Amino acid sequence: MAEVIKIKKGLDIKMNGQAELIYVKAPRAKTYAIKPGDWHGLTPKIIPKLCDEVKVGTPIFYDKYHPEIKFCSPVSGILSSINRGERRRIIEVVVEDNGKDTAETFLQGDPSELKREQIVENLLNSGLWPTIKQRPYSTIAKTDGQPKSIFISAFDTSPLAPDFDFLLKDSEEDFQWGVNALKRLTEGKVHLNLDGRYPSVRTLSNIKGVEINRFSGPHPAGNVGVQIYNLDPINKGDVVWVVQPQDVVAIGRLFKTGKYDPSVVVALTGARVEKPQYYKTIRGTEVAPLLEKQLKEGTNRVISGNVLNGTSIDAGTGYVGFLDSQITVITEGNYYELFGWILPGFKKMSVSRSFASTWLTPNRKFDMDTNYHGGERAFVMTGEYEKVLPMDIYPMQLLKAILVNDIDKMEQLGIYELDEEDMALCEFVCTSKTPVTKILREGLKAMRKEMED
Amino acid sequence: MSLRRFVDKVKPSFEEGGKLHIFLAGFEAIETFFFVPNQVTKGRVHIKDANDMKRSLIIVLIAMVPALLFGIWNTGFHHFQALGIEAGFWEMVWFGFLKILPIIIVSYVVGLGIEIAFAQMRNEEVAEGYFVSGMLIPLVMPADVPLWMVAVATVFAVVIGKEVFGGTGMNILNPALVARAFLFFAYPSHMSGDKVWIAGLSDGTGIVDGYSGATILGQAASNTSNFLNGLGEAYTSMDMFLGTIPGSIGETSTLAILIGAAILILTGVASWKVIFSVFAGGAIMGLILNLFAVNEFMALPFWEHLLLGGFAFGAVFMATDPVTATQTEKGKWIYGFLIGFLAILIRVLNPAYPEGVMMAILLMNVFAPLIDYYIVEANIKKRLKRAKVVANQ
Repeated sequence: MAEVIKIKKGLDIKMNGQAELIYVKAPRAKTYAIKPGDWHGLTPKIIPKLCDEVKVGTPIFYDKYHPEIKFCSPVSGILSSINRGERRRIIEVVVEDNGKDTAETFLQGDPSELKREQIVENLLNSGLWPTIKQRPYSTIAKTDGQPKSIFISAFDTSPLAPDFDFLLKDSEEDFQWGVNALKRLTEGKVHLNLDGRYPSVRTLSNIKGVEINRFSGPHPAGNVGVQIYNLDPINKGDVVWVVQPQDVVAIGRLFKTGKYDPSVVVALTGARVEKPQYYKTIRGTEVAPLLEKQLKEGTNRVISGNVLNGTSIDAGTGYVGFLDSQITVITEGNYYELFGWILPGFKKMSVSRSFASTWLTPNRKFDMDTNYHGGERAFVMTGEYEKVLPMDIYPMQLLKAILVNDIDKMEQLGIYELDEEDMALCEFVCTSKTPVTKILREGLKAMRKEMED
Repeated sequence: MSLRRFVDKVKPSFEEGGKLHIFLAGFEAIETFFFVPNQVTKGRVHIKDANDMKRSLIIVLIAMVPALLFGIWNTGFHHFQALGIEAGFWEMVWFGFLKILPIIIVSYVVGLGIEIAFAQMRNEEVAEGYFVSGMLIPLVMPADVPLWMVAVATVFAVVIGKEVFGGTGMNILNPALVARAFLFFAYPSHMSGDKVWIAGLSDGTGIVDGYSGATILGQAASNTSNFLNGLGEAYTSMDMFLGTIPGSIGETSTLAILIGAAILILTGVASWKVIFSVFAGGAIMGLILNLFAVNEFMALPFWEHLLLGGFAFGAVFMATDPVTATQTEKGKWIYGFLIGFLAILIRVLNPAYPEGVMMAILLMNVFAPLIDYYIVEANIKKRLKRAKVVANQ
């Protein structure tokens, strides 16, 4: 067994509201939606007309610039609405469920006996292609060209992250099928990265045909970006593909059954949840049925994803993100705090040792809220980002290069290796409250435009 | 909370279109002084560390308190010693307090006034940088400095040292040192010599006959090895450590400064790497000079250098300013080391000026970006090399 790769830098944010290891079947929602905003740089073109009938796996929109990339309905019913936001941008493509689950059929068969083109085509037709993201830029993988390797991170170190070992317990065989399909997509390796903190007998440790690696250490040890950095770093021109574990299972089921299986497990977590637990549900579900009788009184923020990388959604009308395995509910922190900047801070979470909590209760779990805890400032403190980014990258210098739109510098300083989630902790710890991830995304966008147009 | 209700009531008149809009920056500065704002996160990162700039910088201010308190006492102590009057502890403190408080008030009123005006002009929030500079400036002044000079130096430091570069976080030189350097070059007679360090000595009335206010470094520069206090008694190393010697208000007590250093390091606000390497650099230069000593000053024990003048103060409170120091962690070692090294070099080998810390830090402020440049270049080369290795496989 390969040795465990130890990640030294980083930060585990200890929060209240870890999901208990219990499955609950989520009540069926009235509507399900796919949100084009879940993918960077995607311009959707709607296929059916409003009120047209769709089945499970019927394409409902495609990528305007890559028409072969389709996005399919997770349920059967009718296309009931297209919700638009500012400048008529499409926010949600909504399907009203008829509960019949009539499904389209796709190619079925052992991936090891299929041609690569057949596998690609099957993934494209079934709407599972968009589960494959590429680095750099974290956009949907391009359909032409091969990645130098494919990475699956089978554990998550983010705050309150779901336990993938529990979540994938009964899906090992499907996972293997999925891996078999992915293996055909690259001539390089498929890396399956497991949590090194646990003994070797874990759900996925018997998967064949992959390179199994183990990582341990604080968040972001579970981030695929950090894992790629350690195993097969991205240099200029390199492309690596990334798939999440539940999506590997879905891909496996597609080839095993010839059907698109939109079922997914989502952990409902956070201090504002009455009973944090796991829900068996369907991709793109309305969040309301899951939150029923689960929210505590007060102003809450519901996040599809985790607190370091998630989308804020409305508790009543919002939909869970296509690729998310977690929902987090925390307090909306829109309060004023008298002399907050000088109080000893017994109940506040900070990496700064100027807070009493870091000295007195280092293992305390916090509720956390969305307050900024201060105003935005110019860069002043140095050395903060480096402590939570386990890569040999100079984060502040990179951010400055992005702010002045210096493409060459961004490339030289290693922007290809980063995604927002990798720098989320930098944003969290920043004393100047710099919107680090937003700046990084601007940089990635500029870079992609420069390289691909 | 009634204070909050009051603030909410008056807030609209400061906002866009309100009658008092031109005072918005000042209002916000005061509001955020009392209340951490209710702003919430917007992007994909939903939580923020509870720490902020105000807190970090207030820690620096707290760390300066021991040096300030000692300076207050020391000012009174030397004043009464020079007058030949027996005075009690509280009498000395009270005298020092009355002497130093106006300097602090002038520094803050002038400095913050300019900061708020610039913030309003730029339509920004007032940055907290001046919390720290406003206290550093008085602490590096001689006790007898005229108040108008403090005001002029503060204006120069804030406008030319900081705001012309874009404000807090953008400046190249440490503003408090800019203030000190400005006075040193503009009014040398008020910033050096034997008289300025002791309150009342420049004025000269009622002073004990033959009392000298010379600093130890001043004496060392004239190549004596027995340092005497104003009354002609010898100084011990313990005096230097505790700080019962003449000097700028906050710089004399190495002990008080080390307490400040402990606060800064324990809270993690200042970089221990910088502090440590400044002392290391100074000690090594001192040792080198000891080895090749051809005069008394060069033979001054290296560790006494670290207790004298502004060395400890500069190392702990000036060199650690993150804005003007190197921004890379490796760079901090080099930056700190060179400050200490050059400070002692300038101190001992330059004929004009028996203190080198100010010059050394300002010089390294200028070179800090260059140090960072080479460190970042090395990182870039490493990345390129990695790409080539892969390409050749």
